[in-house]
Amino acid sequence: MSELSGLYALWLREVIVFSRERSRVVAALVQPLTWLVIFGTGLGSAVVLTGIETGVGSAVGGNAGITYQMFIFPGIMCMTVLYGCLFFGLYIIMDKRVDFLKEVLVAPLNRTTIFFGKVLGGATDSIIEVVILLALGAAFFGIHLTPATLALTLLLIFILMIAVVSLGLTIGSLMDSPEGFGLIGSFVIFPLFFLSGALFPVNNLPSWLYAFVRVNPVSYTVDGLRTLILGIGSFGLAVDFGVTAAFALVMVVIGTQAFARMKL
Amino acid sequence: MQAIHAIETPVIETQGLTKKFDKFVAVNKLNLSINEGEIFGLLGPNGAGKTTTLSMLATLLPPSGGSARVNGFDVSREASRVRKSIGFVFQDPSSDDLLTGRENLYLHSLMYGVDMRAAQKKIDAALELVDLTERQNERVKKYSGGMRRRLELARGLLHEPRILFLDEPTLGLDPQTREHLWKYIKRLSTEKKVTIIITTHYMEEADALCDRVAIIDRGKVVALDSPANLKKGLGGDVVYLSFRKPNKPNLAAVKKLRCVRNVKREGDRVTLSCDYAASQLQNILKAIGKVESVESRSPTLNDVFLHFTGKEIRDDDGDAEGGYHERMMHSGNR
Repeated sequence: MSELSGLYALWLREVIVFSRERSRVVAALVQPLTWLVIFGTGLGSAVVLTGIETGVGSAVGGNAGITYQMFIFPGIMCMTVLYGCLFFGLYIIMDKRVDFLKEVLVAPLNRTTIFFGKVLGGATDSIIEVVILLALGAAFFGIHLTPATLALTLLLIFILMIAVVSLGLTIGSLMDSPEGFGLIGSFVIFPLFFLSGALFPVNNLPSWLYAFVRVNPVSYTVDGLRTLILGIGSFGLAVDFGVTAAFALVMVVIGTQAFARMKL
Repeated sequence: MQAIHAIETPVIETQGLTKKFDKFVAVNKLNLSINEGEIFGLLGPNGAGKTTTLSMLATLLPPSGGSARVNGFDVSREASRVRKSIGFVFQDPSSDDLLTGRENLYLHSLMYGVDMRAAQKKIDAALELVDLTERQNERVKKYSGGMRRRLELARGLLHEPRILFLDEPTLGLDPQTREHLWKYIKRLSTEKKVTIIITTHYMEEADALCDRVAIIDRGKVVALDSPANLKKGLGGDVVYLSFRKPNKPNLAAVKKLRCVRNVKREGDRVTLSCDYAASQLQNILKAIGKVESVESRSPTLNDVFLHFTGKEIRDDDGDAEGGYHERMMHSGNR
């Protein structure tokens, strides 16, 4: 009972803080919008997409109503999650510097509860950002979703959020300096993002690059979102959900371990 | 009989409690017994092992050796029960400065599983106790250092612990705020009947607040008694004498005086204890020879510390405050 109310307390704390710092939402949306508007328009005017397939398997040349902006939209959603959720782990380092984390750790709560409270808090922040991004996508970038695909989209990206917040908290619990976290964070985000097929179709890649894409769990989230939002995908929705969930599970296990061993 | 027995039962008992960091022994075979309802002080210089001791009692650090029982629970084997039965106010600010005072208390109640129907009333009462009712809906960011400490005191009490740990509660506060805070700490002790364990390196603080004081140096208890008894133990007043070369103190002669005890020489300075120093000063000066200056006063806990350890409590105030402000700034970045 007290574990549950403790979980609620930790989640509530993140939600209150997030609701007070609205500038954080705006800041979190600047980067994806820059990519969509500038990179999407710029590169979109120069490329013709080939080798992407619709859900029913028919090849599209490049003008099946899917612009390059729309094509990278799912990838950009994942990028928002990668940055927002991973850097959520940075707050652990800030909390370590004041004694606020001690106040939480001295509470009669399981470390696992504390970890999940933080994960849910971080994922809630991120889901709000993603919903805003989706609304902007529907308004300006030609994104269409039915209630069913919207629900599945949010579910899939929520699973990714759990994975990435866990990863961020793991890094945060192991490190003491924000600068160090910044370095490691960028080092982790870059391959996860660029090797995910967020910016290019994965079907016609040279085999060495394709191999990297296939071992990157984020590729499956991008693929799944693309299937749900645009009706084009390569791996199959079940595989996409399965791999994303497995990624989250592994990260949660590692994160709870790292949290349990965290020293002050 | 039962009631009397309960009062005499120690709420904290340590046996050979030890903490080593690599080869450095921070706490060395500590034996303490703290009674219910008292304000117990751990007095010592920075790095004496006070915070480490408190951290072990609060289950934040595992002991390297020995054992400790808090409220009857073993700190190693029953950590969760210990934590539920204690309150802790940390050395550094630990309230969430993006939240309001009330929100901080509310989240604390949730984390400690305080019954939610009772929680709001308890929060009201706690805010009242530390005079923060009017500022409860302001963000902690806008609080002064003293107000933050008061909020943290209130928070430490919300789940009605039987023991409250205060780690350097007035560190970095100005003297006026410090005395103000003592008033609140005393109020908690009398109104809530909670046992308070306080660490400090301010002698006046230990003197003003504590029923009993353990003087700690290099991880060991060197003296333990009430502040009054500790000072009385030195015997009368303390006399400081200083010399300038080539004059030398005649220690042999002064030691022969009946009223004089604890003669100590440190370079050009001699310290000694003496009953009714005011009336004996002439005799002392006659025996010891030509002095540069002389001063006599009633002993302080600093003299007690000096007596037992051969050194003064170095008041690393500047450093400590620097650290405090640095951390305050970091917390502001969040």
